[in-house]
Amino acid sequence: MNQELKFSKTHEWVKVEGNIATIGLTDFAQEQLGDIVYAEPEPEGTVVELEGIIGTVESVKAASDLYAPVSGEIVEANVEIEDEPEMINRAPWETWFVKIEMDDLSQLDVLLDQDAYDEFCKEEQA
Amino acid sequence: MPKCKHTPLIFEIATKGEASRYIRPLDIPKPDFSEWFGKAYRAEKPNIPDVDEISVVRHYSNMSNKNYHVEMGPYPLGSCTMKYNPKVNEDVAALTGFAATHPLQPDSTVQGNLELLYRLEELLNDVTGMDAYTFQPAAGAHGELAGLLLIKAYHEDRGDTKRNVMIIPDAAHGTNPATAAMVGYKVREVKSNEHGMIDLEAFEKAMGDDVAGLMLTNPNTLGIYEENIEKITRMVHDAGGLCYYDGANINAILMHARPGDMGFDCVHLNVHKSFSTPHGGGGPGAGPVGCKAHLEPYLPRPVVRKEEDGYKLDYDRPKSFGKVRSFIGSFSVLVKTYAYILRNGADGLHQAAEGAVANSTYLRERLKGAYRIPYDTPTMHEFVMTGEWQKEKFDCNTLDIVKRLIDYGFHPPTIYFPLIVPEAMMLEPTETETWRDLEQLADAFLSIAKEAETNPELLKNAPHDTPIARPDETRAAREPVLAG
Amino acid sequence: MIGYLPMDREERREMLASVGVDLDQLFAMIPACDCVRVDNYLALAKDGMSEMEVVDHIKKLAAKNKNGEDYDSYLGAGYYDHYQPAAVHHLISRSEFLTSYTPYQAEISQGTLQAIFEWQSYITRLTGLPVSNASLYDASSGAAEAMLLACRDKRRYKVFVSEGVHPDTMETIKTYLHAADIEVVTGALDEHGQTSVFPEEKGEYAGFLVQSPNFYGVVEDLDLLVQKAHEVDALAAVSQDPVSLAILKRPGDAGVDIAVGEAQSLGLPLSFGGPGAGYMAVTERLMRKMPGRICGATVDREGRTSYVLTIQAREQHIRRERATSNICTSQALMATAATIWLALQGSAGLLDVAEQSAAKAMYLEKKLVDSGCFKRVYDAPYFREFLVEAKAGVDLKKVNEQLLDEGVIGGLVLDQNRMLIAVTEKKTKEQLDCFADKLIALCGGQEGR
Repeated sequence: MNQELKFSKTHEWVKVEGNIATIGLTDFAQEQLGDIVYAEPEPEGTVVELEGIIGTVESVKAASDLYAPVSGEIVEANVEIEDEPEMINRAPWETWFVKIEMDDLSQLDVLLDQDAYDEFCKEEQA
Repeated sequence: MPKCKHTPLIFEIATKGEASRYIRPLDIPKPDFSEWFGKAYRAEKPNIPDVDEISVVRHYSNMSNKNYHVEMGPYPLGSCTMKYNPKVNEDVAALTGFAATHPLQPDSTVQGNLELLYRLEELLNDVTGMDAYTFQPAAGAHGELAGLLLIKAYHEDRGDTKRNVMIIPDAAHGTNPATAAMVGYKVREVKSNEHGMIDLEAFEKAMGDDVAGLMLTNPNTLGIYEENIEKITRMVHDAGGLCYYDGANINAILMHARPGDMGFDCVHLNVHKSFSTPHGGGGPGAGPVGCKAHLEPYLPRPVVRKEEDGYKLDYDRPKSFGKVRSFIGSFSVLVKTYAYILRNGADGLHQAAEGAVANSTYLRERLKGAYRIPYDTPTMHEFVMTGEWQKEKFDCNTLDIVKRLIDYGFHPPTIYFPLIVPEAMMLEPTETETWRDLEQLADAFLSIAKEAETNPELLKNAPHDTPIARPDETRAAREPVLAG
Repeated sequence: MIGYLPMDREERREMLASVGVDLDQLFAMIPACDCVRVDNYLALAKDGMSEMEVVDHIKKLAAKNKNGEDYDSYLGAGYYDHYQPAAVHHLISRSEFLTSYTPYQAEISQGTLQAIFEWQSYITRLTGLPVSNASLYDASSGAAEAMLLACRDKRRYKVFVSEGVHPDTMETIKTYLHAADIEVVTGALDEHGQTSVFPEEKGEYAGFLVQSPNFYGVVEDLDLLVQKAHEVDALAAVSQDPVSLAILKRPGDAGVDIAVGEAQSLGLPLSFGGPGAGYMAVTERLMRKMPGRICGATVDREGRTSYVLTIQAREQHIRRERATSNICTSQALMATAATIWLALQGSAGLLDVAEQSAAKAMYLEKKLVDSGCFKRVYDAPYFREFLVEAKAGVDLKKVNEQLLDEGVIGGLVLDQNRMLIAVTEKKTKEQLDCFADKLIALCGGQEGR
């Protein structure tokens, strides 16, 4: 767990360095999904709007899309997750999907911090 | 389950000696195919094994023994209507007079086929309150596609192209939104209320002039009859949209109510559900689509017409939306449908629906103390109960419960559907079960509820006596092995 | 007892009373309807017929047809009359295969699941492509799904389809793709009957599709298809008849990305056009984008080989509007029938069926052309089916009517004086000679030399 991270209500974590946002799936999300059997990021060069699709993840019984917490261009996509999707279960905080070059840094203000996200998850489970 | 033999793959059963000769020997000189086909010629023989007939017959017979099937006992799968498949239907469908007709024969040579289709259309119009039918769709989902294509063609023909939204309730079967997406519609989901019916307020808010139509099944996937159905279809019509009826649950209302009278503009039927054609392990079925007169011009080509000098296939349909498959339809499946309807008559269908609702209601009443029933509302031919109590108190979820049911000799109900109900089990016994069968099924569920409390391991390790135990599905999806 | 009801109303009433429910209240939620009254209906009778009456009535309908056992038929054009060994229909009539449900509960569906796994395996062996699915509805909807797959993969919304595909395939593709707002560009056959001109614009097309043998029986050049498609970064797709795969270069070996086709030709009855079964096979890379169910092999906790529906997360019941397709029920039993046919025929039998069909078609065509009454329209090699043109002024539709009086169902007439003729292993030399003589005579020529 990382105090610098930000979170979206659709369970993505965001790590910001300058104007690059690295995005992955939270521990809460991977637990909900179960054993992940497949994952695929959107390709490099894709321009995404806020809440646009930046990746897909599949478990045996469920499938989910990942949504962009910030808009911009995908400058790097982690294609390794296609070969080793179980990394998302084992190390959700280290396994990233895409890096986005942001076009509107103010979008970060709307995202949740660690405590707010933990609270949000508790409410979802209730 | 009887003791079953291990069956290796057919590719592992080699044969010494020659393969059986099924066709007579060639009675003309064989050309030089290498020369004839040139570089398109394949010199190696096909990469498939040669196996003697006895071994083939044993192989598939032994394999088949590992299947549960409708003639073994109840198959209470919700929304699947696994009723008895009459034997006479198989016989008439296989008559040489039908089986040896080619789809492109001239109309004059297939008057029997065309007459059957024409009469079947009349019967289905009567049963559903529609004006015309197409028999092209090969399955329910295929029928959904055709139904939505009718709606799309209708709006396009009127130049009304801004309508790109399809209203679908949250309890709907997955094929509904999947089909809507295939036809280029955006899905606007409408919530169900605490009675398991459509939330009328939410529905009203969902109306607009971007609405192309509504996809609905009635009774819905919870087995609940939509008391406001006429209000709902009227709202859609007032907004300029059309209403499509998903016929998956029509077994509950046959000859008690008709989608045409409820205000629906088009319907699809799953003949491998309510109309008794066998499920085949996953098809073939058929999904005939019926429509009211205003949608008839858009039906796929050809349609069957009755003229003075006989029955004809009419391809001259300028407004047709096109085709969804080759030729006319899954004909032998339709013959079975026809036979079933004739055998029943209006009275038989009426009683089938009554029997379906009675059997489901009986089961629900027997089980409601032991399993949580999420809605108070009366249900029809199917009902939903949940494994929530068992999960909370004994850590046995729905999957564990139904796997244990297999040990009692029954096929599990539908599970984890509809998505709006957690730990859902959807049960539909159908009308072709006896009181004794239903009692045994109820007793099994009640026994399992007790076992969850006293001996949960029995559920968690179930099933015990089947050819395989629970398979490793994670491995199957992570490291797919899809051919041998 | 009415219809198929094991309980009558009295027993039903008693059963419900035992749990405190009144039978007469069961349908209280539905407004009263005159549904059961028969006066309003076109066709539906109030009472059902006895089984004898149903059989009698339907038999009479069947007898109104002229069928391919009583008549000598030369129709093909997508559906072919190949011999089905008796064991096939006996095996698929077993209740275990016939009446079972989709195999979602693997522990009690290993029969169906292994049958599907074997079907998939046969298709991969015949096509040379590594991944196959549990079946689609037919070749035409399969071809449409292939084009949608290409568009999903390449994220482009334009495809090229050869005009050599079956007209129903073309129309089905246009129907599916128009609904999804995808542009369909078509291209004509050349004078040899093959597709030799393909689009050249790079990066614009998602996929190219040809049919081989095409609608006119002509074998297409798959190497050219693959080269032209990949040059412009499009996927190469072919709709290929499975019997032809015994004797022609496999799509996988040519570098094709998607193969589809109609499995009816694997001995399934004609049955006026269905049910058949579509097959689809793809490269490894396209596995998770392929529509339809897929069966995989795994193990259970005792290490026993177990078959299971897998990669289901792409399908409609999970992905809903983001699914690869809406397909749910497909054609499992027909695929099983085709699988058993392949098992019985084996490599020797399948090759024999293919070679005899090819040889007999060539024999008949030569007779027709040698008579001087017909010429072959396309000079590229054909498999099992060919297109001939009669002398000017001959009305082949009229000829077909006359042939009927002589116990023959002629080939498919196109443009009034062209006939598409299919020949399978079921024809004897005598039948072929007889048909040729009759056809030639009716077209005003001399009897066979």
